[in-house]
Amino acid sequence: MSGESARTVAASLRSFALDRPGSMVAAVLLATIALAALAAPLIAPQNPFDLASFDVLDADLPPFWLAGSDPRFLLGTDSQGRDLLSAILYGTRISLTVGVLAVAIQAAIGIPLGLIAGYVGGRVDNLVARVADVQLSLSTLIIAIIALALVRAGLGGEALGRLAVPLLVLVIGIAEWPTFARTARAATFAEGAKDHVRAAKALGASNAAVIRRHILPNILSPLIVVATTQIAGAIMAEAALSFLGLGLPITQPSLGTLIRSGYDLIFAGIWWVTVLPGLTLVGVLVAVNVLGDALRDALDPRLTLS
Amino acid sequence: MTADRPRGPGNPLQALDAPLAFIGRRAAEAVLVMLAIAVIAFAVKGALGDPLREIMGEAVPETQRAELRHRLGLDVPWPTQLARYLGHAAQGDLGQSYIYKRSTLEVVLAKFPASFELVLAASLIVLLISLPAGIHCAVKPRSLGARLILGLSVIGISVPVFLTGIILISIFSVCLGWLPAFGRGETVHIGFWETGLLTLDGLKHLLLPAVTLSSIMLPLFIRLVRGAMLDQLGTDYVRTARAKGASRLRVWLHHALRNALLPLVAIAGLQIGNMLAFTLLTETVFQWPGMGFLFLEAVTRADVPLITTYLVAVGFLFVVTNTLADVVSLWLDPRISLEGRR
Repeated sequence: MSGESARTVAASLRSFALDRPGSMVAAVLLATIALAALAAPLIAPQNPFDLASFDVLDADLPPFWLAGSDPRFLLGTDSQGRDLLSAILYGTRISLTVGVLAVAIQAAIGIPLGLIAGYVGGRVDNLVARVADVQLSLSTLIIAIIALALVRAGLGGEALGRLAVPLLVLVIGIAEWPTFARTARAATFAEGAKDHVRAAKALGASNAAVIRRHILPNILSPLIVVATTQIAGAIMAEAALSFLGLGLPITQPSLGTLIRSGYDLIFAGIWWVTVLPGLTLVGVLVAVNVLGDALRDALDPRLTLS
Repeated sequence: MTADRPRGPGNPLQALDAPLAFIGRRAAEAVLVMLAIAVIAFAVKGALGDPLREIMGEAVPETQRAELRHRLGLDVPWPTQLARYLGHAAQGDLGQSYIYKRSTLEVVLAKFPASFELVLAASLIVLLISLPAGIHCAVKPRSLGARLILGLSVIGISVPVFLTGIILISIFSVCLGWLPAFGRGETVHIGFWETGLLTLDGLKHLLLPAVTLSSIMLPLFIRLVRGAMLDQLGTDYVRTARAKGASRLRVWLHHALRNALLPLVAIAGLQIGNMLAFTLLTETVFQWPGMGFLFLEAVTRADVPLITTYLVAVGFLFVVTNTLADVVSLWLDPRISLEGRR
């Protein structure tokens, strides 16, 4: 990768940190949540996957600021006696993992296709653009819902539960590649017309070398911006699918599963089982989206001018 | 598409012919897409379920199985089965639901009014809020209101639709007890259409789900309206109109908004997929007896014919909306069809 562009990106990131305190708050919030989630096995008071360790006598305890709480369970418990703090830590871990891995798949499919389409042009470009258009018009969420619903109807709920993480990653990954492809294509198209690329070609550099050394490093900025918003989208999609019962099972809960499992309890006044995982989810999503907006402004000066 | 025909405004037939040809071509495309969807539905049906096991269970002798297989037409090669499926589908017969023991198409169609009224109410809310809010953000970008609207829309985009529903239920149903939390309430039958719009109880039940569904589309549409308006405000003709002395309001609404609507209609047409997914989530939260709720029930109980019928119905909605969006674009902007003779 060329050092020049890496330095530009680094400089933009530095100015971004100094100029935008709001985004710094988002970044710190996100980093804290992500670290806590990563360290869940170390810091969580209980293993929320170990059903045998729950005690029904501990069920439906409120969080610490309400009367009747138990100091062993800071954020209370659900109707099985599961410690909510531990469940949220582990759930965030699963939600973030699925989000990041799904976006990695999106990027792995979309960026090469977009690069090739933008570089080669012509029929290849038409084909990629057309397929991307059709797939985007169908919407990720409905594709994912239908795909997982068919898996569930075919294999049964239990099998779906066991395969949930890889399936969610695959489905959300495959359903959303066009966004990366479009961004990479447009940026490659613009970059390919520039003098340094034409010069490299004239000097006899191979196509692969031109793409790798002259185009890819220069289109990283828009791709980073897209990746951020895509992660938010993937986390949201995972939560929605789990909420519908098409994602992670309650034995291995993500934030969406926790929200689903606590939903019936709100009518009994036990709101924390739903609301606390919900707030965590919204916190993660707001932080990622604010960061995405800030990165767009910092890395893409054209947009701030308009 | 009319490149090989005589050009120029001198051909009076073409003025009539071009839009019709456009609509005709779109209709033909729509039929082709529906055919493809029906083939997919057939494949899904074949992959998912063994109707024999569903009907007679495991412990039935092979001779009886063979007989039933023959009666159901399962003993012929798959192209013949596919042809039969398509033939029946064309006559509106998509199979029998295992759960309801009725024609699946009837079951799905009976749920359509509930989903449609929910989407209609939500779209109205989106339209009534996003147009003024988006225009305001475009014409007064530095005002406090615009910043507030855009800031709130970042948060709005970050709250999943099912969580919005749960929060609204917690506040307005559980805490305050003002509005019902689930179901459609009292409905009235008008022919085959079961409506909840004519009773106070029905409207009360509609309010929370409609607000929930609109909340997820609002930020997107505010940004779209703002973006489309900004594009128009920067054009020469808007500047010219202002320079000629047209009032600001007239320029915004008459000149800019009219042209901003065109890309909006096209993009709104593309949102049908998202709208379906969000409707499904909203229906789940509020136990709204619509098509999405029915689909999830069919999935949990492995009612394969009902699942495939839902797929066909959703595909049909897609095709109709996209075709309609194209036709409306044509109506708003005649250039699309007259490209050949410009």
